[in-house]
Amino acid sequence: MIFAVDLLLRDSIGLVEVGIVLLKVGVAFVLLLLGVMLMIWFERKFISDMQNRIGPNLAGPFGIFQTLADGIKLFFKEDQVPAKADPLVFRLAPYLALVPAFLIFTVVPIGGDFSGGGDGTVTWWGRQTFLQVADPPIGFLIILAMSSMAVYGVLLAGWASGSKYPLFSAIRVSAQMVSYEVALGLSFASVLLMSKSFSTHDIVLSQGGYEWNLWMTGLVPFFIFLLAVTAEMNRPPFDLVEAEQELVGGFHTEYSSLRFALFYLAEFMNVITMSGVIVTLFLGGPEGPEPFPLPGWLWGIFWFCLKMVVFLAVFVWFRATLPRFRYDQLMNLGWKLLIPLSLVWFLALATLQVSDNRDWNDFIVLASIFGGFVLVGLLLKRALKTAAHNPDPDLSAPATAENNVEENAGRNTENNFDIENLKEKDLGGKN
Amino acid sequence: METAVFIVAAIITVLSAFGVILAKNPVHSVLMLMATLFAIAVLFVAQDAHFLAAVQIIVYAGAIVVLFLFVVMLLGVDLAENLRVEPIGGQRPLAIGATVATAVLTILLIIVAASDSSKPESGDLAGITQETGNTGVANLGRVIFTDYVWAFEIIAALLTIGVIGAVLLTRRAKQQEVEEEVVEKEGGQL
Repeated sequence: MIFAVDLLLRDSIGLVEVGIVLLKVGVAFVLLLLGVMLMIWFERKFISDMQNRIGPNLAGPFGIFQTLADGIKLFFKEDQVPAKADPLVFRLAPYLALVPAFLIFTVVPIGGDFSGGGDGTVTWWGRQTFLQVADPPIGFLIILAMSSMAVYGVLLAGWASGSKYPLFSAIRVSAQMVSYEVALGLSFASVLLMSKSFSTHDIVLSQGGYEWNLWMTGLVPFFIFLLAVTAEMNRPPFDLVEAEQELVGGFHTEYSSLRFALFYLAEFMNVITMSGVIVTLFLGGPEGPEPFPLPGWLWGIFWFCLKMVVFLAVFVWFRATLPRFRYDQLMNLGWKLLIPLSLVWFLALATLQVSDNRDWNDFIVLASIFGGFVLVGLLLKRALKTAAHNPDPDLSAPATAENNVEENAGRNTENNFDIENLKEKDLGGKN
Repeated sequence: METAVFIVAAIITVLSAFGVILAKNPVHSVLMLMATLFAIAVLFVAQDAHFLAAVQIIVYAGAIVVLFLFVVMLLGVDLAENLRVEPIGGQRPLAIGATVATAVLTILLIIVAASDSSKPESGDLAGITQETGNTGVANLGRVIFTDYVWAFEIIAALLTIGVIGAVLLTRRAKQQEVEEEVVEKEGGQL
């Protein structure tokens, strides 16, 4: 019984078990905080290199303590709550942004003893355990649930600030995150189809022998997932939430001091945890070759970190090279390309699995899958053509939630912004 | 252990449910609703219904409450409602009557259930959890796609129809057609 291995799910729990779990929670938290510190430094250095600058270089060797210095500075800044803010929600929002990022990390297996076909258990003080804080039977769904929780922090921060630009930002983020969650979930489902378990540990085990989901699912779900995750995290090129040319600072315009720092912490924690999730779901987690003998669990951690750093670099690379998407482009990409593609791909994978089980004729199956792709593509093209056949330029952009809001406030696009009107309406104010 | 979890989660559920209806600010109400949903998810986990707990969070807290919040935020929470005006006549006496009736019915049901010495058959549900041992996800899927496949497919169709209907209804008429209508009307008046 695999569940007996997770300490939290055992029937009899003693002091040692509680101690191990507490230790794991503490280590995971410290690791994440340290990771964020290094990640911010890494991002600034990497981007500087790409832009032919030097970047932070004064605090410590290679400027590695720059983040620490920034953190201390923010800590001692004045903590302000705007007069029009909702004080309670305003104070709560940063924590709501932070907690989901950490909770996702708790189900990511960061290592384990897979040497010699092992199942990833390590033994501490006579107790077998995994190198992850918890391995609930629904770990996979917890990742989905918590990434959908992440929207609350931004949404409430934007609303509670009692200011118009943060509110716009909050509206954008909620539409964006709810939209991309669908593509995220569907590409997730393809992984589920291959691994046949909700437990993150089982997902890693099922990819043993280099049968990584990256190629087992045929690459497409991986790329959809990567894009959807970037949008979920509001990272460039999907960082419309913080489009400084349009929205000042976005949802955290009114935040200062430690609460502002918490938003930053949450953002980078998300980058790290989501890279970890990608590695777990698609790249076999801690699996990798062992060129020379070391304790098995050490290799696991090494390969996991190496794969994760690749994705951290990819996210920074995105930021350095890609310009920000326009809002309608973002919605078009999400709804008209990623969602249909991931859905069709999911169905194709399911068909292939069934045909494999039943020994159906490969040629007929592949031909019908191909036919299905073509049919869906043609239908989609036709539907888009019908929808786009619209003489009014205002309507050619999809009627997004934000457009509607702005129409309610008495204007059609953000460009012909009517400040007077805004003052009258005072969208975010509460008094 | 299970009792302790139940007591804590139940207290949070009830208190935050009261918070939903007592909070003056609708956004606070929505937050309280989220707390309620989370506490209920904990209760699900305590009953080994892990899948239900996760779906509760993903569907309700992750999607539906976000939409609640969205609507509440956009409608303007600063509009203080005048409580003296009753949009629906006689709703207050009706609400009080309904509450009392529900309470009486609940108490009656509890008394009947308590006096009924024969334990109710757990039936299918017990079978499901027993067979899978843990999450019941596999069995849930099997049951949905065999015994309840018609109900499942009909609900799926219903939801799809609902979505398409909503899109059709909210889509504005093409500007050109509207203009043509205006021209026609004006022409008629002239």
